[in-house]
Amino acid sequence: MKIAVCIKRVPDTEARIKIGADGKSIDDNGVKFVLNPYDEFAIEEALQLKEKAGDGEVVAIAMGTDGSQETIRTALAMGADRGVLLQTDVVAVNPVTVAKALAAELDGAGYDLVLFGKLAVDDDSQAVGTIVSELLGLPSVSAIGHLDITDGKGTAEREIEGGVEVVEFSLPAVLTAEKGLNEPRYPALRGIMMAKKKPLEVKPVEVSDEGIAVVELALPAERPEGRIVGEGPDAVPALIEALRMEAKVL
Amino acid sequence: MANVLAVLEQRGGALKQVSHEVLTAARTLADAAGGTVDAIVLGPGGVDVSGAGGYGADRVIVVESDDLSLYQPEPYAAAIVAQTQSGDYAAVVLAATAMGKDLAPRVAGRLDCPLAADVTALEWNDGPVASRPLYSGKAIAKLQLTASPCVISVRPNVFNPVENARDGTEQKAAPSETELRARTVEIKEPEKARLDVAEAPIVVSGGRGLKEAENFKLVEELADALGNAAVGASRAVVDAGWRSHAEQVGQTGKTVSPQLYVAVGISGAIQHLAGMRTSKVIVAINKDSDAPIFKVSDYGIVGDLFEVVPRLTQEIKNLRGG
Ligand SMILES: Cc1cc2nc3c(=O)[nH]c(=O)nc-3n(C[C@H](O)[C@H](O)[C@H](O)COP(=O)(O)OP(=O)(O)OC[C@H]3O[C@@H](n4cnc5c(N)ncnc54)[C@H](O)[C@@H]3O)c2cc1C
Ligand SMILES: Nc1ncnc2c1ncn2[C@@H]1O[C@H](COP(=O)(O)O)[C@@H](O)[C@H]1O
Repeated sequence: MKIAVCIKRVPDTEARIKIGADGKSIDDNGVKFVLNPYDEFAIEEALQLKEKAGDGEVVAIAMGTDGSQETIRTALAMGADRGVLLQTDVVAVNPVTVAKALAAELDGAGYDLVLFGKLAVDDDSQAVGTIVSELLGLPSVSAIGHLDITDGKGTAEREIEGGVEVVEFSLPAVLTAEKGLNEPRYPALRGIMMAKKKPLEVKPVEVSDEGIAVVELALPAERPEGRIVGEGPDAVPALIEALRMEAKVL
Repeated sequence: MANVLAVLEQRGGALKQVSHEVLTAARTLADAAGGTVDAIVLGPGGVDVSGAGGYGADRVIVVESDDLSLYQPEPYAAAIVAQTQSGDYAAVVLAATAMGKDLAPRVAGRLDCPLAADVTALEWNDGPVASRPLYSGKAIAKLQLTASPCVISVRPNVFNPVENARDGTEQKAAPSETELRARTVEIKEPEKARLDVAEAPIVVSGGRGLKEAENFKLVEELADALGNAAVGASRAVVDAGWRSHAEQVGQTGKTVSPQLYVAVGISGAIQHLAGMRTSKVIVAINKDSDAPIFKVSDYGIVGDLFEVVPRLTQEIKNLRGG
């Protein structure tokens, strides 16, 4: 089983976000970058599928600046076999731009499965994986919480409002991983050592991001300072009063 | 002139509430640009679209087939793309629901046009100007779209539906023949159907302060007393296996913007706030007066939830005359 996993380098979810001098992007200074949390589920699923199949290859592909090499090493330390960096300094605003570069790398490479995270926690688009499936003309299921693959056919489950959709598909296919799909492993020391020797190919790519541009990036409006209505159960009537009379939500 | 295509959503033959929000968002663009709003809905025969005109649809295109009662990605995308290409549309607007989050990228990919996902504000300035949260809501980007068409998905519960009577002329269209490489075969419904956290007007969420899974009944009882309420959970309690992931609110869970959000025994970690800070009114109940949740709350009670919540439930029952 040959599986590609597309991964992204993103600010740590704990990171404080400051706006950069251009007013259109964040100030990277002092920001810790990590492997996108949802991509960990994608890597774990790929590794488990390969282990179950008994043979195969897991390739981690990231598009981004040189800094993404570190992110790819994390995937290699978890157990991916090799990495590809599609190197560019362009930070695309349109998810279709990213999808095109990834699709060009994936097309014709003979992958049985291409896995993505559901969403990248920086641009929060939840789009790239599904767009790639359209560009490649492959079936896809997004935000899956459960996967079963037998005899070249797959069944995936995805959460929707008030239920779970069950989707059947044929391989090759594209899937995007939701939290809960599995428990991602931590890279062991041995894995980290081995990762240093695994192949990581760097390919410069040309991208043009058109039709959409950032006018302004700003911090969200602070919520107006709220108030503590009181302490303990005796504060309940004051809370109800406030919810009825001030907030008018009851 | 710039027309807008609004993609509506049905379940079981009835338009979902969020469709009115999509129409309102579409109307904002079309009115500023001097265009019309066409709505499109896919489903089994007999979807009731009579409400769409009231919220601003000039025309409603109904694509009917028994195979379309469940969301099927490929024929849905094909129909929307065909409609977009048949007219002069500046934008395709969808809701960023489970369906819309899957469908919007497909439409953008097929049309090879820009996508602005999960948008929370819209204006028109020579083209759509869309604001959307980035970094889990820690920053807001304002984006100018210059390509026509473009695809925009709007966050549910953010665009207040505005009544705006238009013709809403119904027009039937046949689905194109599409091969289903992925097929939705069923929807498994949970045994006890409660409102979904992402859709409910009220959300009562519980965290580790509840001490054990059993005690979540306090949260459920409060939700029942309020009515119209969904139960949510922090990641800590989902990871502990007390609650299902479907209920998790936050960065790696759902993003919610209800009228009222009640956080019970939740500390207010940055990843939790990411999922609920755009709620209209936030109430926190926590024994620690320094808990970060109080910083984003409109109203707080400092105290032991095991004493406060039952009292709150009781008082609300009294209020509701039960
Ligand atoms: C990549 C990543 C993604 C994450 N995504 C999410 C996410 O989507 N959603 C999410 O929620 N978290 C998420 N987290 C986890 C987050 O960092 C916190 O660990 C989590 O939100 C804490 O849950 P909690 O508030 O229930 O528990 P705690 O932080 O333990 O808080 C419990 C609170 O209960 C209060 N309490 C205790 N006893 C009582 C009592 N008797 N009465 C009243 N109050 C009481 C305490 O004062 C405390 O404030 C994520 C973390 C990471 C690293
Ligand atoms: N620059 C990138 N390089 C590789 N994969 C990416 C990149 N951007 C997004 N992805 C993948 O697409 C998923 C969804 O990202 P997004 O649509 O940006 O929210 C991520 O979880 C990754 O798997």
